[in-house]
Amino acid sequence: MGGNTGYFEFNNVDWNQMWSATWETIWMTVVSIVVVAILGYFIGLLLFETSGSQNFLVKVINWLVALFVNVFRSIPFIILIVLLLPFTKQVVGTIIGPVAALPSLIVSAAPFYGRMVELAFHEIDRGVLEAADAMGASQWQIITKVLLPESLPALISGITVTAISLIGYTAMAGAIGAGGLGNLAYQEGFESSNNTVTLVSTVIIVLIVFAFQFIGDFATRKVDKRVV
Amino acid sequence: MIEFKDVSKTFTTDKGNVTAIKDVNMKIEDGEIFGIVGYSGAGKTTLIRMLNGLETPTTGEVDVNGTKISDLERGGLRKKRHKIGMIFQHFNLLWSRTVRKNIEFPLEIAKISKAERQKKAEELIKLVGLEGKEDAYPSELSGGQKQRVGVARALANDPEILLSDEATSALDPQTTDEVLDLLMDINKRLGITIVLITHEMHVIRKICDHVAVLDGGKIIETGEVLEVFKHPKQPITKRFVYSEVAPSPEDTNVVVEQLLKEYPNGRIIQLTFHGNQANLPIVSEIIHQFPKLRISIIEGNIHQTAEGAIGSLFLQLIGDQEDIDGALDYLKTMRVETEVIEHGR
Ligand SMILES: Nc1ncnc2c1ncn2[C@@H]1O[C@H](COP(=O)(O)OP(=O)(O)OP(=O)(O)O)[C@@H](O)[C@H]1O
Ligand SMILES: [Mg+2]
Repeated sequence: MGGNTGYFEFNNVDWNQMWSATWETIWMTVVSIVVVAILGYFIGLLLFETSGSQNFLVKVINWLVALFVNVFRSIPFIILIVLLLPFTKQVVGTIIGPVAALPSLIVSAAPFYGRMVELAFHEIDRGVLEAADAMGASQWQIITKVLLPESLPALISGITVTAISLIGYTAMAGAIGAGGLGNLAYQEGFESSNNTVTLVSTVIIVLIVFAFQFIGDFATRKVDKRVV
Repeated sequence: MIEFKDVSKTFTTDKGNVTAIKDVNMKIEDGEIFGIVGYSGAGKTTLIRMLNGLETPTTGEVDVNGTKISDLERGGLRKKRHKIGMIFQHFNLLWSRTVRKNIEFPLEIAKISKAERQKKAEELIKLVGLEGKEDAYPSELSGGQKQRVGVARALANDPEILLSDEATSALDPQTTDEVLDLLMDINKRLGITIVLITHEMHVIRKICDHVAVLDGGKIIETGEVLEVFKHPKQPITKRFVYSEVAPSPEDTNVVVEQLLKEYPNGRIIQLTFHGNQANLPIVSEIIHQFPKLRISIIEGNIHQTAEGAIGSLFLQLIGDQEDIDGALDYLKTMRVETEVIEHGR
């Protein structure tokens, strides 16, 4: 054990290492958000379109997707990483580093966001959907011209919440070798007892969370024309 | 022309079957405003939704301008729907779109080019009187303005028919009249057939040419609006008509009973005016011809309908039997429907 247990000994911080860890965290978060947004949108759409049908086959699809979503939502993230290790090794070729963190980040957050998307669609006024139907809109036109724009504020605030929990997950993934600020805080801060590194990592993570929250809130307000 | 032929509709639910429409036969001519009136749950919405295939009849058929709606496959039905506009009680506008973009929405659906969409939207904004509000969002509009957008949107694809499901029920009386005037104007200018459903008789009275009274899924009475107002046959129709012509028949009865008690010698008469009779100076003419007769007005009201005025007037006549009989004769020659009110009416 070294003697760097103070919290404000900034000369003990390797800033190059800090910045590259920060970028790794941001990179992991942004890449997984993009994929989660797309996948979650399709999962939500599938759940929404198959809900409340009388058709047996459609009911089965809805049930299967819902099961998949619920199962993956309930698995604790740290366990999910371990569970997906063989899969990650297959797909990415390694189980350490930021890229290796992506599969578990995506698999854990996409079902979560999918549920939010479904809820956002269900919140759309049924009358508006009926009006589109009465005008002769096709299913595709309803999806692109009604479902998406009319639920946009909820979709954006949903992705903001998801992004913030993803930042938390990257830190956890970091602790077991994915890189980023979590990794740094764990290895440098905890194992080498360099508390200043832990503190700086924490502050940066909090700032990243704040930034995402701010951007998300701003965008939500910008697209929401329901109130003036 | 729109035709319902032996149409019935039964909903199957967990709690059993609900027959919403029973053996409806009905014709609606081109270019008219046809009203369907009925109490809540009568089946009005179900009936009107069959016209654009949002609901399919369990038995029977619905023809719109020679096309059997239930025969159309998906693509055909979508095309047909472009030509059937619909307006709703709660407007159902897209909050994410401006007035202009809401009006362009059905044109986008029909895959009309952008230039044409813009031109059409411009025309419609003028038609419904929303100049200056083009770039407002629905949340910035009043109820009446929202419904104007609804009407403009429904007209975007030059429909043959306009369906209106309680389009004025969420509006205050004055705004209701504005929207009804707009519908009447559109009907006259574009010659478009309008089918509207309502539970308010004054809507029917104001703009409809024909009316059908729906109760328990059946059409219990139908005819020209003025005719139905003059001679309602079914008890439910009478309730609807009287709720309009004499806003408070119970109150009137109380007043009449009291007057009969107070002035046992007088005569109380109810006059019903139709068409331009309401414009005749009948009362002053009676006063002029029978100067010794005392006349007091108990209650009166006149409503404007699409086909003319309709009204009723309660008068008390006090004087010689001779004068009273003379006045009644005069009313007869003027073809005013006259009823002498007596105890226990
Ligand atoms: N999708 C449905 N499933 C089951 N029952 C239905 C359905 N739609 C309508 N009904 C039933 O059919 C009957 C007629 O309903 P409808 O909505 O046509 O009445 P309405 O005259 O429009 O009433 P309101 O004035 O309240 O709008 C009601 O008893 C209603 O419960
Ligand atoms: Mg209804």
